Amino acid sequence: MANMCPYGRFTHAVVRGIPETFGKAVGDSRKNGETSVELAKAQRQFGCLTGALRQKVGLQLIEIPPDPELPESWRIEDVAVIQGDTALITRPFKQQRRSEAEAVRKVVSELNLTVVEMGAEEGDSGGATLEGSDVLFTGREFFVGISSHTNHRGAEVLADTFRDFAVSTVPVCGGARLRNICSMGGPNTIIISNSDGAKKTLRMMEQLTDHHYEVLTVPEDSAANCIYIKGPSKHDFLLHRPAEECPDSASAFQKLQDYTLLPTACSEASKLGASLSSLCLLVNRKHTYF
Amino acid sequence: MTTEVGSETEVKEKAEESAAETDQSEKASEEAPEVTAAEGEEKEKDGKEGKGIARYLPTWLKKQKSQTSPTKEELTTRESDSKDAQEEDGPVPEVNGHAEEENEAVKSDQVKEKEAESHSTASADTEPAKEEKVEESAEKSPEETAVTEEGEGAEEEKKEQEGEGEAQGEEGGGEEGHTSIFQSPLRLVRKNKMKQAVCLVTLLDGTDFTCEVEKRAKGQFLFFKVCEHLNLMEKDYFGLAYIDSHEQKCWLDPTKEIKRQIRSNNWQFAFNVKFYPPDPSLLTEDITRYLLCLQLREDVASGRLPCSFVTHALLGSYTLQAEAGDYEPDQPRPLDNVGQLTFAPNQNKEMEEKILELHKSHRGMTPALADIQFLENAKKLSMYGVDLHHAKDSEGVDIMLGVCANGLLVYKDRLRINRFAWPKILKISYKRNNFYIKIRPGETEQFESTVGFKLQNHRSAKRLWKVCVENHSFFRLNAPEPPAKARFLTLGSKFRYSGRTQAQTRVASSLIDRPEPCFERTASKRSSRSLDGAPRISITEATSENGRDPHLDLLSDSKVMEVDLSPGDAEATPTQSLGASEPAPSQSPNRVHGDNIYVRHSNLMLEDHDKTTDEVLKHQASISQLKRSFMEAPPPSPPQPNQWEKRLTSSPAPTIRIQQQQQVSLEEEIASVLLSRHSGYCSAPPACCTPEPTLDADLTPGSTSTLAATEESAPQLEDVSAAENLISETKEPAKTAEVEIEETVVVQEVSIAPKPGLVSVTSPQEVAVEKEVVVTVETKEAKQESVSSESESEEEAEYHPNVSVSICHTQIPEEEEEEEEEKEEEKGVSVPDGPSLPAEVEEEEIEKKKNVEEEVEAKSNNDPITTQATNGHTLPEESGLAPEEEEEEEEEEEEEELKMNGEASVVEAEPRPLVICCSEPPVVKTEMVTISDTFAAQKTEIATKEVPIVHTETKTITYEAAQLDGNGDGEPGVLMTAQTITSESLCTTTTTHITKTLKGGLSETRIEKRIVITGDCDIDHDQALAQAIKEAKEQHPDMSVTRVVVHKETELAEED
Repeated sequence: MANMCPYGRFTHAVVRGIPETFGKAVGDSRKNGETSVELAKAQRQFGCLTGALRQKVGLQLIEIPPDPELPESWRIEDVAVIQGDTALITRPFKQQRRSEAEAVRKVVSELNLTVVEMGAEEGDSGGATLEGSDVLFTGREFFVGISSHTNHRGAEVLADTFRDFAVSTVPVCGGARLRNICSMGGPNTIIISNSDGAKKTLRMMEQLTDHHYEVLTVPEDSAANCIYIKGPSKHDFLLHRPAEECPDSASAFQKLQDYTLLPTACSEASKLGASLSSLCLLVNRKHTYF
Repeated sequence: MTTEVGSETEVKEKAEESAAETDQSEKASEEAPEVTAAEGEEKEKDGKEGKGIARYLPTWLKKQKSQTSPTKEELTTRESDSKDAQEEDGPVPEVNGHAEEENEAVKSDQVKEKEAESHSTASADTEPAKEEKVEESAEKSPEETAVTEEGEGAEEEKKEQEGEGEAQGEEGGGEEGHTSIFQSPLRLVRKNKMKQAVCLVTLLDGTDFTCEVEKRAKGQFLFFKVCEHLNLMEKDYFGLAYIDSHEQKCWLDPTKEIKRQIRSNNWQFAFNVKFYPPDPSLLTEDITRYLLCLQLREDVASGRLPCSFVTHALLGSYTLQAEAGDYEPDQPRPLDNVGQLTFAPNQNKEMEEKILELHKSHRGMTPALADIQFLENAKKLSMYGVDLHHAKDSEGVDIMLGVCANGLLVYKDRLRINRFAWPKILKISYKRNNFYIKIRPGETEQFESTVGFKLQNHRSAKRLWKVCVENHSFFRLNAPEPPAKARFLTLGSKFRYSGRTQAQTRVASSLIDRPEPCFERTASKRSSRSLDGAPRISITEATSENGRDPHLDLLSDSKVMEVDLSPGDAEATPTQSLGASEPAPSQSPNRVHGDNIYVRHSNLMLEDHDKTTDEVLKHQASISQLKRSFMEAPPPSPPQPNQWEKRLTSSPAPTIRIQQQQQVSLEEEIASVLLSRHSGYCSAPPACCTPEPTLDADLTPGSTSTLAATEESAPQLEDVSAAENLISETKEPAKTAEVEIEETVVVQEVSIAPKPGLVSVTSPQEVAVEKEVVVTVETKEAKQESVSSESESEEEAEYHPNVSVSICHTQIPEEEEEEEEEKEEEKGVSVPDGPSLPAEVEEEEIEKKKNVEEEVEAKSNNDPITTQATNGHTLPEESGLAPEEEEEEEEEEEEEELKMNGEASVVEAEPRPLVICCSEPPVVKTEMVTISDTFAAQKTEIATKEVPIVHTETKTITYEAAQLDGNGDGEPGVLMTAQTITSESLCTTTTTHITKTLKGGLSETRIEKRIVITGDCDIDHDQALAQAIKEAKEQHPDMSVTRVVVHKETELAEED
């Protein structure tokens, strides 16, 4: 199929800077002064990530400037689901996050992607909510985690947008988001946490898929979220949490043969329930038809 | 006969008006007017609906009319056709129709049979030469000529055929015309010795291929002709589809006669890909790929195969490359072309531009390569090769079931919510409109689970089931599974995939040794084709409405058929049964509850139409025997009964079934038992009953009321029914109840079988029965069935027969889904027969029992007799129980069972008693052997009373393990739970009753299994039994087998 190529080929990454309101807005819903995040540290980690993407992996980086009005806008992954030349602008669960899409929409259009609006399609009454961090695209199919932030209607819109692919819904048991407990670790590899909830989700995924995936199990939830990219150099890169953050999982990544492992810290963002992949949107502008 | 006929004709008229029903099995001329009247009403309803449906008929169907009409003319000659046409045309025609019908009816059965046969044979014999009307008339058997004499000349027929559309136009417009067309063809086919039929096959490139085939030709013949025409060798991926009278797309079964499959005499087919090869690159020949491409292009263009914009464009560009060749900048033409071609359901300018843009990049690509590229992209689409069916899940949520090479996919909207790979699926079955799959337990799971889905109707359930069977066979097996041999007791469809599997076809195609055949890639006519395609798509969506129309049509047709066939008694009965069976499904919705105690899910193997009438009869007979055996079984050995009785008494009624029978032997015990049972039941029923109410509601009025009554106050009901009627009714009624259930009911069948030979002896027999009941108590089991039946019978005698008919369905059914409708009609007809027959059978049985009993113990008789008064109660109780069980079974099966379906494996395991009954068909002679460990004594009693009706041999062996239970002294336990689970495998049917009783603080769980092993002599019954026992032990390791009753029935001779 036109859009079907092995997972991991990306040419661009879209990120959005960390505003000084980082962690503030979150308070309205879940924090009671409990989570203390260091803005500077978060920004430093963000810088490391973008640096790795640009310089190590070799992607073209598009950085959207931070907007203090949108304290969560750095979680750019939630705002769009991009596959092939189509970008689905999602409808985040939180009302206040929906304006984050504007800047993303603009960038995506400039990348010549076909923009599909989820909100527009559904109208406000549709009730569909979807966040990119609940979507796992494996290169062959989509898994949509039904979570507190993503509902079935949202998944249906996604299925309607990416019609070439099977879209399966799976329950998210372990973490708050599907991508918190699993991610792609290669064209055919799923990295998943070892928690019971994640196992349950994995079983469901295995039940639903027509394909076979290698599974790399990591003991820590936070380690399960990685970024795999087959860069322009045709080399396999894996951005993962460093050993300081996930001491037990470091060895697991060593199993990946011929990978360039890029430990990337993400401790501050993870305090807010995010992880590595939350910080970027990956785009492949070079698609070849088949 | 004539009077009856008259009534029938009336009915027909009504029904016929609206519908183009497909052929029905022959109705019995015997049908009572009442019944017919009832049927007529039904038909009318159907007809109305049908008309409504007709409106929805796609335009292309209309087209078919015109197309087919010529053929019809050629083909026509059938009286039936003319009749139908006339009737349809108007009142006048009706008169004619009556006359004809009457005449036909008058004709001796033989004649009718002859007709049927002669037609078929004649057609077969006659050469392919087209039939000319003259020839036909000449050829027609005297009967036919008589018909013609009546006033229906060939001319008239022609006129009718030709003018049907016009004449009908008045009534219903073009739609009706369609119906008429359908009818006429059918009739033609059947009555006339049809020689040839002109088939119109729409090929994948949109062109039509016409060829003549013998009307009796099998699907294979036509398919091969088409493949020959296409020069296609890798043909196993393809198939011929037709639109049945319900607007559903069906695959033509290559092993069956075409005319038996296409209900409407609409010899129009579409050549389609049936199995989408997962990897088209493995196909050997380009032409095969080309045809696959054509199919996929249509799938894509029609939206059946959804894909994204980019994919649409890409596929379109390959299509363009393959069909138009390289992009030539000089010619603006391609642009124009693109606009005319249909690539996508929502094609727009943007897409066309994209297609052209991509097309440019394909320069130099050969058509074959473009096809390959097309397929390489198409095959990755997630919906590639997925055949979707509308369904509802257990919670009533709308879903889609997709059948594909890998298994079964479950979609909600566009989302995949579940998937069952073939290796995970242990069994696929359907019952009524329910579709079940039994899932292999996962790593962490201990038991198999069964997942159930609800389809729109039983036909769609069956269609889905067939598709699953075929896909599984094709993609998963190395060689097709041979159809089940045992036709005897096996209920349900034995349908199997008959073609080559993918593995086989790959081997075969690797051996293809010929130069690539030249073929022309015509610019696809997708745009025009889309019309045809569209209907098909919609077909899936077609709802019950559409289905109903056909029914109407069918009904009318069936009637016609019946008239013809009715003469032959033997045949007639079977046919009736068939017809009845079909109707049942339609009714089923209302009657949902009608439960078949022995429900058989058509497993991958089940249905067989091919059965001859004889076979059917045998089948029925065997079933009836089984019933009898169960009923009778009890009397055998007085010795053991005590313990059992105790148990039974203590244990809830459901368990009692078999055990009770034995108990009967002891008079004293019996009395106590009865009492205890009553008490027990009273307590127990509530639990059991709870489910019933719902069922009852669903059931037909009569049945419902009865059921309800049984539930609430089984005893009371019994009292009412206590009289003879009850007995006779009981058996029959049960059947009726079952009838409602589509495929399952075994019991019903039993009643049917008797019909032919014996006609009613009511009162005396009944009395005897009562006695027996009293004595044996066994009746309970029978009762269960019977009970339900009783209730029904009282209110609606008419239906009972139907039920029986339906039974037949199960056996023969596949051929005609429409039969359901027919069933309804037939029900009425069969009704009269049914009751009498059952009664007879029972009588016989009873007599036997009596004899045995007498021999064994005079005492018991006396006591029992005394108890008789009680009997009424007991019966009611039993009836109450029976309903419970039935209900339970049904309910469980439907709902809970979905999960448990298998073998109750999940169920509680403590209980002790495992009762295994193996029964084989018919019974005249009864031999009962009882072995009890406890007593270490074998008692063999052979009661042979030659019953005129059925000659059968029945052998019952009872094995009882020593029972540790001392309880049971007539103290009824409290029934905690009771469930019944029925499962089937190839040649065994297992009915499991699980009863949990609370007795004096001890809870006792009993699992009673009834395993029916059916099969011809080929089957090693002993081995099967051993296996069954072994399985039972394995399933419930912590339980002990306390009793095994083997009831063996062998057919000595057929009915008189």
